[in-house]
Amino acid sequence: MHLSKLLWKNAFRHRLRTSLTILGITIAILSFGMLRTVISAWYAGVDASSASRLVTRNAISLVFPLPISYKDRIRQINGVQAVSYGSWFGGIYIDEKNFFPNFAVEIENYLKLYPEFVLPPEQLTAANRDRKGCVVGRKLAERFGWKIGDTIVLKGTIYSGDWEFVLRGIYRGRDKTVDETQMFFNWKYLNETIIKTVPRRANQVGFYMVGVTNPNRAADVALDIDGAFKNSLAETLTETEKAFQLGFISMTEAIVIAIQLVSFVVIIIIMAVVANTMAMTARERIGEYAVFKTLGFRGYHIAGLIFGESLVITMTGCVLGIALTYPAAKAFGSTLSNYFPIFNVATSTIYMDLAAALIVGIVAAVFPTWRAVTIRIADGLRRIG
Amino acid sequence: MAIPFSYSFRNLWTRRLTTVLTASGMALVVFVFASILMLSEGLRKTLVDTGSPDNVVVIRKGSASEVQSGIERLHAAIVETEPEVAFGARSRRLLAKELLVLINLPKRGTNKTSQVVIRGIQPESLLLRPQVKLVQGRMPKAGSSEIMAGTSIARRFRGGGVGENLRFGMRDWTVVGIFDAGNSAFSSEIWGDADQLMQAFRRPVFSSVIFKLADSSAFEAVKKRLESDPRLTLEARRETKYYADQSEVMAKFLRILGMSLTVIFSLGAIIGAMITMYSAVANRTSEIGTLRALGFQRGSILAAFLMESLLLGLVGGCIGLFFASFLQFFTISTLNFQTFSELAFSFTLTFEIFYKSLLFSLIMGFVGGVLPAFRAARKNIVEALRVT
Repeated sequence: MHLSKLLWKNAFRHRLRTSLTILGITIAILSFGMLRTVISAWYAGVDASSASRLVTRNAISLVFPLPISYKDRIRQINGVQAVSYGSWFGGIYIDEKNFFPNFAVEIENYLKLYPEFVLPPEQLTAANRDRKGCVVGRKLAERFGWKIGDTIVLKGTIYSGDWEFVLRGIYRGRDKTVDETQMFFNWKYLNETIIKTVPRRANQVGFYMVGVTNPNRAADVALDIDGAFKNSLAETLTETEKAFQLGFISMTEAIVIAIQLVSFVVIIIIMAVVANTMAMTARERIGEYAVFKTLGFRGYHIAGLIFGESLVITMTGCVLGIALTYPAAKAFGSTLSNYFPIFNVATSTIYMDLAAALIVGIVAAVFPTWRAVTIRIADGLRRIG
Repeated sequence: MAIPFSYSFRNLWTRRLTTVLTASGMALVVFVFASILMLSEGLRKTLVDTGSPDNVVVIRKGSASEVQSGIERLHAAIVETEPEVAFGARSRRLLAKELLVLINLPKRGTNKTSQVVIRGIQPESLLLRPQVKLVQGRMPKAGSSEIMAGTSIARRFRGGGVGENLRFGMRDWTVVGIFDAGNSAFSSEIWGDADQLMQAFRRPVFSSVIFKLADSSAFEAVKKRLESDPRLTLEARRETKYYADQSEVMAKFLRILGMSLTVIFSLGAIIGAMITMYSAVANRTSEIGTLRALGFQRGSILAAFLMESLLLGLVGGCIGLFFASFLQFFTISTLNFQTFSELAFSFTLTFEIFYKSLLFSLIMGFVGGVLPAFRAARKNIVEALRVT
C-alpha cells in the first residue's frame, strides 16, 4: 500500500517531465495499436474465409477465364456438395476512388455457399427474378445512400460500356468480421450482353466456388478437380479459400513486413524517451538512494522503486493509449472503408500493447537501476544534482 | 555578446547517456522519414524511366491498364495508318502491337507464386524502348518458343535464368536471353513473340498498341482523331502519363502512410527532446543565473539553449541518414493493386531527400527546444542564483 503510494508520488515529482513522457507513451501505444490493426485488417479476408470452400480458377493466372461447362463436371466429383461461379467485374461507380469489389455471380447458389451473408429471402427472390438485379452489402449501401429499387450505373473496365443495375437486396454480415462492402449481380445479365457484343468472351467465368461435404477432405477434392481438367485447354488450379486469400497477401508481403517493422520502430523510439526520463530521474535521486542504503534498505528495494516508477509511467500511458485506440480505429476505419472493409481492434492487439508497455518500462529502468544499485554510499552522498 | 558555441556542445557531451538516447530517438524518426521519401522517389524514378513522353499507348476505352484491355487486329491496323506515327529504318512504322497477360510463376527457393507480366512483342518494341538492353544470351527468334526475361525475373523466379525452361500455355518456353531495363518496370517482365504467345494463350486480340510520335506536339491531334473515330473504342495516353496513372494508388498509399507515420513518430521524438531540454534547463538554473550575472543577455541564453537542441537534432539526423543510406542496396517488390502484377522498385537517395531529412531533424530539435530555451531565458537572475 505504502509502496504504491510512494511510487505514484515519486513518478509525479516532476510533473511536466512525467506528463510529457506519458503523453509520448500514449501516442506510441496508440500508433502501435493502429499499425497492428492495419495488419490484422490486411489479413481480414483470410480470417473470414471458410475451410469448407474451395476456389477453382485458371491455372495460368486469375485473368484467364474458365468455360461455364466445367460447372457440371465439377459437381460430379466425389465430395463436392455445391458449385457456384462468378466473375470479377471490376466496374467503377462514377469515379475510380469509389472503388468497391463487384462480382457477376449466380446469386442464389453463391449466397448459399456463404451462410455468413444474411439476406432476407424475399430480397433474394427479387434479385433472382430481375436480370438487372443486384445485391450489395450494408456498409456499401450506407456509403452511397442507396435504397432498394435504386438504379446503379457502373462503368465497365474489363467489359466495356456502362452497365445498369437495380438494387434488389442488401445483405448483412452474420458478425462484424464479414465484409459488407461487396456487390453481387446476375452473371446471366453479363453473359447475355457479352454474347451480343463480344461473343468470343461469352460463356466464361472467372472462378468457381466449390463447397465440400467434409472440410477434412478438401485437399483431396481439390486434387481431384485439377486432375479432371489436366491437359485441357483451360487447366485449373484449386485451393482452399484461405490459401487463395493468402496468395494475394503474399504478393503484398513487402508492405506488411514494412508496417510490422515500423510498428516496432515506434516502440523503440518511445523506449529511448522513457529510458532517458528514468536515467534523469535516477541521476537526480542518487543522493536519496544513498540515504536509503544508509538506513539499511537493500539493492532490491531500490531496484523495486525504480522499476515500479518506470512501470507506473508506462502503464498509465498504455492504458490511455488503449482507451484512445478504439475511437481512433473507428474514425480511421470509416474514412478508409474502401481500402480496409473490415477494421476491428483485435483482442490480441491489446495484449501486444500491454506487453510492449511492459517491455519498455522494464528496459528503460535497467540501466538507471544498475547505476543506483552499484554506486557506493559515500559517492552517492557526495554527489550533487 | 553571444555565449560560445562550445558551451552548448560540451553540455551535450557531459550528459552523454541522455544525449545518445534522445538523439537515437530522433535518428529513428529521421530514418523512417528518409526511407519513405526514398521509397517514393524510387517509385517515381521507376515510372519516369519506364515511359517516354514521345511514345503513345493505345488501349481499349474504359480499361485501366493493358491487362484489361483488348484490341482487335483490324482496329490495331487502323491505328497503324495514322499519319502522326513516326517512321523508322526501311520505312517501317515505329509501332508495336503488343500482348500483355499475367501468369503465376513460383519464386526461387519457395513454393509461393506471384503474378508476372508476359509481354508479347514485335521487333519494333525494342526500338520504342531504348532503355531495354540485352545483358546475357541472345534475342529470342520471332516465330519460336523462345523468350527473354528481365533481370529482376531471372533472379527471383524459378526457371527464369538463361537456358532454363518455363511452362505456360501448354508449351515449354526456353529462356534464351536476359535483358536489363534499368530502373524501369520492364525489368519485372518476360518478353516473347506476340504471335506465338497469342496462339498459346488462345487470345486472338492485342492488349495495346504503342507508337512513337513523329512530332511530340501532335499528340493532342492524334488522340482526338483516335478517340472520335466511330470504328474504334480506344483511348490514347502518353506513355509517361500511362505509367504514372498505373501506380497512382501505390504512390498515394506510400504518401499517406509516410506522412502519418512521420507526424506520429516526430511527436514522440519532439517530446523526447523537450524532456531532455527541460531537465537541462532545470539542472543548470544556477549556471544560467551566473551567466546572466556575468552580463550575458536573455537573447544569448535563449540562443545557447536553442543551439544545444538544434545540435541534438542534427546529430540524430546524421545518424538516421547514415543508416538510411544503406537502404539503397535493397529493392522492394510488391503487388501493384491497379495492375495486379509485380512491381519492383528500390530506395533512391537524392540530394533533395538528404537536405529535407536534415532540415526535418533540425525542425524537430527546434520545436523540442524552443519552450525550454524560453524558460531558461526568462529566469530571474537573483532567484536563479539562489537555487542550489
